[in-house]
Amino acid sequence: MTRYIIRRILSMIPVLIFISLVTFALAHAVPGGPFDREKPLPAEIKANLNRYYGLDQPLWKQYTDWIGLTRNPSGEYAGVLQFKFGPSYSSRSRTVNDIFRAHLPVSAQLGFWALCIAVGMGVPLGIIAALKQNSFWDYFSMAIAIFGVSVPNIVLGPIFILIFALTLGWFPVAGWGTPAQMVMPAFALGLNSSALIARLTRASMLQVIREDYIRTARAKGLAERVVIIRHALKNAFIPVATILGPMFAALLTGTFVVEQIFAIPGMGKYFITSITNRDYPVVMGTTLLYAVFLVIANLIVDITYAYLDPRIHYE
Amino acid sequence: MAPLLQVRGLTTIFDTQDGVVHAVNGVSFDLNEGETLGVVGESGCGKSVSMLSILRLIPEPPGRIVGGEVLFEGRDLLKLDQNEIRKIRGNKIAMIFQDPMTSLNPVLTIGQQISEALELHLNMTKEEARQRTIELLRLVHIPEAESRVNDYPHQFSGGMRQRVMIAMALSCNPKVLIADEPTTALDVTIQAQIVDLVKELRRELGMAIIWITHDLGIVAGLAHRVQVMYAGYIVERANVHDLYANPRHPYTLGLLRSLPRLDARTREKLTPIEGLPPDLITLPLGCPFYPRCSYRVPRCLDENPALHAVDGQDGHEVACWVDVTQREEIRA
Repeated sequence: MTRYIIRRILSMIPVLIFISLVTFALAHAVPGGPFDREKPLPAEIKANLNRYYGLDQPLWKQYTDWIGLTRNPSGEYAGVLQFKFGPSYSSRSRTVNDIFRAHLPVSAQLGFWALCIAVGMGVPLGIIAALKQNSFWDYFSMAIAIFGVSVPNIVLGPIFILIFALTLGWFPVAGWGTPAQMVMPAFALGLNSSALIARLTRASMLQVIREDYIRTARAKGLAERVVIIRHALKNAFIPVATILGPMFAALLTGTFVVEQIFAIPGMGKYFITSITNRDYPVVMGTTLLYAVFLVIANLIVDITYAYLDPRIHYE
Repeated sequence: MAPLLQVRGLTTIFDTQDGVVHAVNGVSFDLNEGETLGVVGESGCGKSVSMLSILRLIPEPPGRIVGGEVLFEGRDLLKLDQNEIRKIRGNKIAMIFQDPMTSLNPVLTIGQQISEALELHLNMTKEEARQRTIELLRLVHIPEAESRVNDYPHQFSGGMRQRVMIAMALSCNPKVLIADEPTTALDVTIQAQIVDLVKELRRELGMAIIWITHDLGIVAGLAHRVQVMYAGYIVERANVHDLYANPRHPYTLGLLRSLPRLDARTREKLTPIEGLPPDLITLPLGCPFYPRCSYRVPRCLDENPALHAVDGQDGHEVACWVDVTQREEIRA
């Protein structure tokens, strides 16, 4: 198992190199540059800025500078390999590292609570729906799930604010920091995922409780509770674990929409605005960070498989 | 002595989108202590459903047991509450199933799966249950039982898994073992081993067995009595010798003719039974075998014959209007 994990971690390297190349190429392929304005800057100033940030260098050199394989215009190795993601062109005073440090914890916190809501609501709803198939509870759970899947959070957020903040006054309208401020954004972000999990759990559970080994367990005289918890749940959770990986990465890195609606100082805003600003270091830094999260989350899922299903064995 | 298990008028239906499927239609039989009863019939004739109904293991919905009684140790199993029927399942009446590949839980060790019944019914501690599990695995001839108890089902072959199923079923010394086509999914040499194992265990433990199969060959060497089912009815029942030597129902005759025999004098051709079993949603008024029967008379169309004794043969019963020994066959 340890060898498998080491091998998987090593195999992340080519994946991440590839992603960095593609991101770099795509970011630079977009027409326009970071210093193009509606009112054009004087040519000399633009040239100076380009030289200062190394944008006058050939593309391959810009890439290796960013990775940290060659000396940048300031004459030092300061790239991804040195955990330096470069300056931000649009917020001049800050580096990409500063942005990560200030905003990533906020997004991660929001994502963590959203994931808790997604799993905490989705799994029980799915199980209840499957066990009471075609009953009130089934329809009730699936109604919530359909609502969650079909209503986007750009609609959900304002509805929450209208009902729970403005009308009922339970939670503050927006902002970030106190637990009360986290409730609505976490629900707005997590409800969609919880709906997906609920539907998947239900489908998986419905399949498992029709399996022969569940009949065997009942034929042994086990109580229904034991049959479900001991014999069905672990089997039913295997497909659910699959989607938790990418979901975890997506929630952890925050979303632009929910952060905007609730005025949350998260990463989402920087990710989106950096693209329109052609703020190359921020674009590449955030993309690479998301990619790292995603591959790590998938590795965790694969390790979880081996724990859930003894038939899966990693050499 | 009263029979161990008495089934009277057992009727099970399934509510489906196409209508009500009459899977078991008033099945009655007795099972004596230490006896092995073979239940024979083609797929979908209700043999599995009727036996699952005894332990109320059919999925409800869509299934429903709508009539009859199952008397075991003076109580009607169909009237017990959930807690009480669970004390019977796996403890007094145990089951083994057709497909050992899917009947064991893939994520639990076989030790866990066998010992949970012991802990539940016999109140054993974890350690006692483990010791007993190892004994049981030895009993069903699984080599290196001490280490294999910690293995998962996928680490066993099909035949070995069926041995595990048998060990699991016998763990609490049941009075009755219901075996639902336990050898159908296995290849022939393994089938023979499993049948031998069951015979050996029957000698040692003395439980009564209900052996469901579509293979008349296996039943011949194993059962004391055999009942033949068709379309949810029992159509013939006899001692194993009488059934093979002197079959009285046209359906039984057909089944036997479609079986190759080693003792045939001439090179007889195997003759399959023409046609298909009836649709169990719209059962005919008369005998369900009528359309496929080569001894049919007009009366068969209007009245479904009840099971009645065959003259001169103890315990031989048949549900047919016609005495097949006295009549010429109609050749279509």
